[in-house]
Amino acid sequence: MAAETLLWLIPLPPLAAFILITLVTGKKKALSHSLAIVGAGSSWLMSLFVFIKAVTRPNLAENPIAASINWLPTGETALRIGVQLDNLSAVVLFFVAWTILMIFIYSVGYHNYGHPAGERDVPGLPPHGADVKDVHGHTHRVPSVEPMYARFFGFLSLFAFAMYLLVVCDNLLLLYTGWEIMGLCSYLLIGFWYGKDSAKKAAMKAFMTTRIGDVFMLLGIVFLYTQAGTLNYREIFGNAALMHALAVNPAGFLGLSQAGAIGLLLFIGTIGKSAQFPLHVWLPDAMEGPTPVSAMIHAATMVSAGVYLAIRIFPLLTAGWEPGDVGTPAMIVVGAVGAFTALFAATIAVAQNDIKRVLAYSTISQLGYMIAAIGVGAYTAAIFHLVTHAFFKALLFLGSGSVIHGVEHGVMHSGEHVDPQDMLNMGGLRKKMPVTFWTFLIGGLALSGFPVITAGFWSKDEILSGAFHSGQIVIFVTLALAALLTAFYTMRQITLTFLGQPRTEAARHAQETPWTMTLPLLILSIFAVAAGWSGIPEHFPLIGGWLPNWFEHFTGAMLGHEGEAPAFSAVPLLVSVIVSLPGLTLGWLVYRGVKIAVDPLKKTLGRLHGLLQHKYYFDELYTFLFIKPAIWVSEVFTSRWMDRVVIDGILHAIARAFLWLGKLVRQGFDVPVVNAGGDAIASGFKKGGAALQPMQSGRVQQYMVVMITVVMVFTAILLAILKLV
Amino acid sequence: MIPLSWYLILSAALVCVGVFGVISRRNAIAMLLGVELILNAVNINLLAFWRYKDVSHVTGQVFTIMVITAAAAEVAVGLAIFIAVYRNKRTIAAEDVADLKG
Repeated sequence: MAAETLLWLIPLPPLAAFILITLVTGKKKALSHSLAIVGAGSSWLMSLFVFIKAVTRPNLAENPIAASINWLPTGETALRIGVQLDNLSAVVLFFVAWTILMIFIYSVGYHNYGHPAGERDVPGLPPHGADVKDVHGHTHRVPSVEPMYARFFGFLSLFAFAMYLLVVCDNLLLLYTGWEIMGLCSYLLIGFWYGKDSAKKAAMKAFMTTRIGDVFMLLGIVFLYTQAGTLNYREIFGNAALMHALAVNPAGFLGLSQAGAIGLLLFIGTIGKSAQFPLHVWLPDAMEGPTPVSAMIHAATMVSAGVYLAIRIFPLLTAGWEPGDVGTPAMIVVGAVGAFTALFAATIAVAQNDIKRVLAYSTISQLGYMIAAIGVGAYTAAIFHLVTHAFFKALLFLGSGSVIHGVEHGVMHSGEHVDPQDMLNMGGLRKKMPVTFWTFLIGGLALSGFPVITAGFWSKDEILSGAFHSGQIVIFVTLALAALLTAFYTMRQITLTFLGQPRTEAARHAQETPWTMTLPLLILSIFAVAAGWSGIPEHFPLIGGWLPNWFEHFTGAMLGHEGEAPAFSAVPLLVSVIVSLPGLTLGWLVYRGVKIAVDPLKKTLGRLHGLLQHKYYFDELYTFLFIKPAIWVSEVFTSRWMDRVVIDGILHAIARAFLWLGKLVRQGFDVPVVNAGGDAIASGFKKGGAALQPMQSGRVQQYMVVMITVVMVFTAILLAILKLV
Repeated sequence: MIPLSWYLILSAALVCVGVFGVISRRNAIAMLLGVELILNAVNINLLAFWRYKDVSHVTGQVFTIMVITAAAAEVAVGLAIFIAVYRNKRTIAAEDVADLKG
C-alpha cells in the first residue's frame, strides 16, 4: 500500500476502538482492552512502516509524504485537509507510536486486569482492593480491578487518535482539532476518578488553564490565515516571499513583526499545553489521574504536542534571523520563558515528596529545556530532546506507577494507612522490585544526563551547546543550573525510593508488578539509552564520528540546509558532565541515610524549603488573583448585583407597570363597556323572548287562525297595491 | 254547460267549510277531515281550470292525482301519529296536546 494511504489510516484504528468500546463493548473488560490494544497496535505498525518509508525517501524535507483533499469550500477556494510526513513529524510519529503502545499494554496491568472486583469499589473512585481466600483458608487482601476498566481504554483510544491526528496532519487547523480533542481527553482522564474531589478540581484546572493558551493560539491561527490565506505548513513555510513579507511587515503592536506576533500567539498555546510558566500550574495537579494517563498525556505525548507546535512554527519565530545574530524578539521571549521554566520547575521538584509530582515538575522543567532550545535557535537539539525525553519520561512515569502499585500492594498487606505515593514512605524497593528499579535507574540517569551512555546526555548536551553558541549566556547558565538540580532531584528520588532500608511496613511488603507493566518498562528503557546514539555530534572527543550524526542531518534538513553542527567547544560538554555527575552524587550523599520520613533538606534550607514545597505559592497567588475575583464577579457582582438587582429590578418594574396598565384598562374599558354591553345585549334578548313567549301556546288551531288571518291580510294588501298599480 | 264560476264558488265554499272544520273541531280526526275538504276543493279548482282552458294538456288531471296521492299518504301518517298520541295521552283532543307551548 502506498505510504500516503497508510498515513491517512494511521489515526483511525484508535478512533474505531474508542467508538466500539463506548457504544458496544463497554461491559466486557477483556474485549475492550483487546480492541484498544489492537487499535493502538495497528497504528503503531503503520507508523513504523511509514517511518521507514520516510527515512529511506531521498530529500524528504522538500518532498514529504503528503496527500490532501478539499474539505470546506470557502468562497472560491477550499479549505484543504491533508496528511503530511516530513522529517519532523516522522521522528515525532516514531516516539508517539512507541510510547502510546507501551502505555496501552501497561494500563492492562495497572488497572489490575484479572483480579476480582472489590466489594467496596464504586465507579469514580480508585479500587480499594478485594479479599480472597486461598486453598488453605487464609484471607488475603489483593488489589481489585478498576470498576470503569473499559471506559478507561475508550478514553485512552480517543486520546491516541487525537495525538496521531495532530502528528500526521498537514495544516494548523487539523492540528488544532487534535489539540482540542486531547484537551478534552485530558479533562476526562485526569478526572477519571471523579469521585475524588481533588481529581475533579484538577480536571477542571487543567481544562481551564490550557484553554487560556488555546484561545490565544486560535487568535494566532486566525491572524496567520488572514495574512497567508492558508494554514498548510508547506504552503506557508515554503513560500519565501510570504515569509519575507511576514518578517518585514509590522504587526502594529509591541513593535513585533507579523511573523513574530503570530509566532508568539501560537506559542502561548504551547505555554498552555506544555505547561510553561506562567500556565504551568495544571500539570502537577494532573497527577490525580491514573498513572498511565500521567505517563501518556503529561509526559510523553500531549505536552510534547505543545513543543511540537513550537518547533513547527520555528520559521515564524525566527523569521528574519540568521544563525549567529541576536535572536528576534519572539525568540528572546521563547528562550526566556523556556529557560526560566526549566530552572523554576527544577527548584520545585527538589522539595516534592510525591513520586509523581517530582516527575511532573521535572517534565515541566525538561519541556522548558526544549522551549529554550527553540529560543536560541537550536532547532535539531529541541527535536532531539523532545524525542529522548518522551522515551525516558514515559519510562519514569510508568516506573513510578509500578512503584506505587507495588507499594499499594504492601499497604494492603500490612494494613497501614500510609500514602503509597509519598517517597518518604518507601526506601529499599531495589530488592523487592528489581525490574522496576533497573529500568527506573536507566530512566533517571537519562533524565539527569548521565554522560555518554544515556540518551538524555546527548540531547541535553546539544541544547547546552546550542545555547552556548548562540551567545545567550544567561540562558546557558540558567539551563546548566537546571541540569544540576535535575541530576540532584533525580538521584534524590532514586535514593529515597529504591536504596537504603524500607521506612514503612508497606515498603517492606512491596511486590514486583505483573509482566504487562514491566515489559513496557524494559522496551522503553532500551530507547532511553539507544535513542541518544542517533544524534552523537561528529566532533565529540573519542567516540564522535563512529556513528553518523543521523538525527542532526535528518531533522536539520527541515530548515533547508544540512544541519551544520557548530564548531566543537569544550565548555558546554564540560558543563554538562560537571553538572550531571556532582548533582547525582550530591543527591545520593544527602539522601542515602534517611531513616525516618523527614526530608533532611528541610532543616538545611529552612523557610526556602517551605517555599519550594508550596511551589512558590503560585496556586495560592492565582487563587487570590484570578479565581477569587472570578468567583466574586460571578457570585456577587453578576449574580447578586447585576442579575438580582438591576435586571430583576427592570423586569419587576416593567411587570408592575403593565399590571397598573391592565387595571386601568379593566376599570375604564373592559368592565363598563365590554362587560356591560355584552350583558345588555344578552338581557335584551332574554326580555324579548319572554315577551314573545305567550305566542307559543302549543295549540295548533290557534296557530292556524293566526296563519289564515295573516294570509288574508297580506292578500288584501297585495290586492290593494295591485289595484293601485 | 255550467259556467266555470260555479265550480269556483263550490270550491271556495268547500275551502271555507274545511278551514272552519280544522279550526273549530276539537277532535284531531275531525281536523284531518277538514284538511281533506280543503285538498278536495283544490282538486275541483284544478279540474275545472283544466276542463275550461286547454283540454289537450293533462296537467290538471295529473296534478289532481298527485294531490290525492299526497293526501292519502298524509292521512296515513296523520292517523299513525294520532294513534301514538292517543297511546301516550289517552286523548286526541287538539288543545290537550300542547306540549310545544313556549
